[in-house]
Amino acid sequence: MYWNKPYECMPREQLQTLQLKRLQKIVEKVFHNVPFYRQKLQEVGFELGDIKTLADIKKLPFTTKQDLRDNYPFGMFSLPMSEIVRVHVSSGTTGKPTVVGYTRGDINNWSEVMARTLTCGGATKNSIVQVAFGYGLFTGGLGAHYGAEKIGASVIPISGGNTKRQLMLMEDFGTTVLACTPSYAIYLAEAVEEAGIDLSKLKLKHGIFGAEPWSERMRMEIEKRLGIKAIDIYGLSEVIGPGVASECQEQNGLHVFEDHFIPEIIDPQTGDPMPCGEKGELVFTTITKEGIPVIRYRTRDISILNDEECPCGRTHIRMHKVMGRTDDMLIIRGVNVFPSQIESALLEIGDTQPHYLLIVDRKGSMDELEIQVEVSREMFSDKVKGLEGLEAKIKHQIESQLGLTAKIKLVEPHSIPRSEGKAVRVIDKRKI
Amino acid sequence: MIKQISLFLENKKGRLAHVCRVLGDAGINIRALSLADTADFGVLRLIVDDPARTNSVLSENGFVASITDVMAIQVPDVPGGLAAALEKMDKAGLDVEYMYAFIGTASQDALVIIRVDSIEGAVEIMEGCGINVLKEEQVYSL
Repeated sequence: MYWNKPYECMPREQLQTLQLKRLQKIVEKVFHNVPFYRQKLQEVGFELGDIKTLADIKKLPFTTKQDLRDNYPFGMFSLPMSEIVRVHVSSGTTGKPTVVGYTRGDINNWSEVMARTLTCGGATKNSIVQVAFGYGLFTGGLGAHYGAEKIGASVIPISGGNTKRQLMLMEDFGTTVLACTPSYAIYLAEAVEEAGIDLSKLKLKHGIFGAEPWSERMRMEIEKRLGIKAIDIYGLSEVIGPGVASECQEQNGLHVFEDHFIPEIIDPQTGDPMPCGEKGELVFTTITKEGIPVIRYRTRDISILNDEECPCGRTHIRMHKVMGRTDDMLIIRGVNVFPSQIESALLEIGDTQPHYLLIVDRKGSMDELEIQVEVSREMFSDKVKGLEGLEAKIKHQIESQLGLTAKIKLVEPHSIPRSEGKAVRVIDKRKI
Repeated sequence: MIKQISLFLENKKGRLAHVCRVLGDAGINIRALSLADTADFGVLRLIVDDPARTNSVLSENGFVASITDVMAIQVPDVPGGLAAALEKMDKAGLDVEYMYAFIGTASQDALVIIRVDSIEGAVEIMEGCGINVLKEEQVYSL
């Protein structure tokens, strides 16, 4: 099943011609419209016309999350706000988040790639799709929503959380496709079991899951416990949101929708391009985006590209399920978390640099974050009420800045291990 | 005013013994003690013979400690003795943050350590009610 066979199964030679044409156009566009890109391109001595083949992409400079942050909020937009119909926001490392803007054309393209994603996952116009990704600034909910509407499925825009209601609607409405984070899928599976709901009463058949790393073991568990076929999807707001790549029914790598995004693998240290089959950092160039095109955006995600033919018939290159990160970003319950964000939240509580440790664990199916904070002299109070108030204040600060509930544990000074003077910031106990 | 040492302790095996050992090795004598605990941590409150030195010994040993002003009052060691004193505080509008009591060895009375917010006023009020508020020397040298 394809959503758009002419494009998804386009002969590679033809696809590459299309990519080259679109790449040349987008580079020209950002050169003229985005001062940031013009300056960067001029700095490396790039001239319009230098892109003669697809391999010339390596002449272009990289774009990083920091660049988006430096140009907060709209500095990287290629068009005036009058052309932007929506913005989405993703968490930043410290303070300011990164903002992306979509034109009407971008929303159409995004719906297109999400329609392909849902079709890859097994959805059709007869499906009832329960979108349990969060709706709002996060791209997950609305991305899946527009894709599902585009294919003509019936959408239940329930968003994340409220598990009891999820189960009720799933049972009563006969949901056939579930879209959410993999950890929430397991959570729902547990809730189904606890509620004593007979799987045969549910009509669930397909699941499209993403926004956080998950393993083959998790996939098997989800498939068994919910009685569905589970598909891995990939995306990031800086590129478009979900819909950058999706597994097909083969479940063997995610097809990157190459008529919209050009993927590369680079050596994260040197920035040198790496051939297919080698492990490195994923980089994307958007070749159809209008609102905020990105040139060679460094995702920090580690993967491998595979250009072998796929039995499904799609000609688009496949990326391996994300295998890790090149930075210290953690993904906890679908929320991107950088230790430095926790640090800045803590700094707003006291005046001095706090020593802290993040412990991430998966209890049952849900990620849990515990933040241990060493009590300093100025934080200390002889009243238990005062210390509990401090815990509550830290908890609230983290919640309001990161949108993540964490357990706060105050610990004695010097109890957090330090290696070579630098504290170990993260212990990730999750066995994904 | 009585100087109480307040100290943060993680609710972990051996921590209380450790702090007592540190103080013992430094020759500090604990006169009274109370431990407030939650699931994760505790606040240890100590009356010692030398608060200033205790504070520095604890800091040197990596503990977070602070000195808190508290009030020590003497109440008759009879049924209702503490009740009568607390009723007077109530009437005077004094809020007890926390308190702990012990039986003194030097007198027939019981001693109560009380933490209130506005300690200066509290001492006057207590004395006005006819309650004996102890001086520092009296408590440290118990």
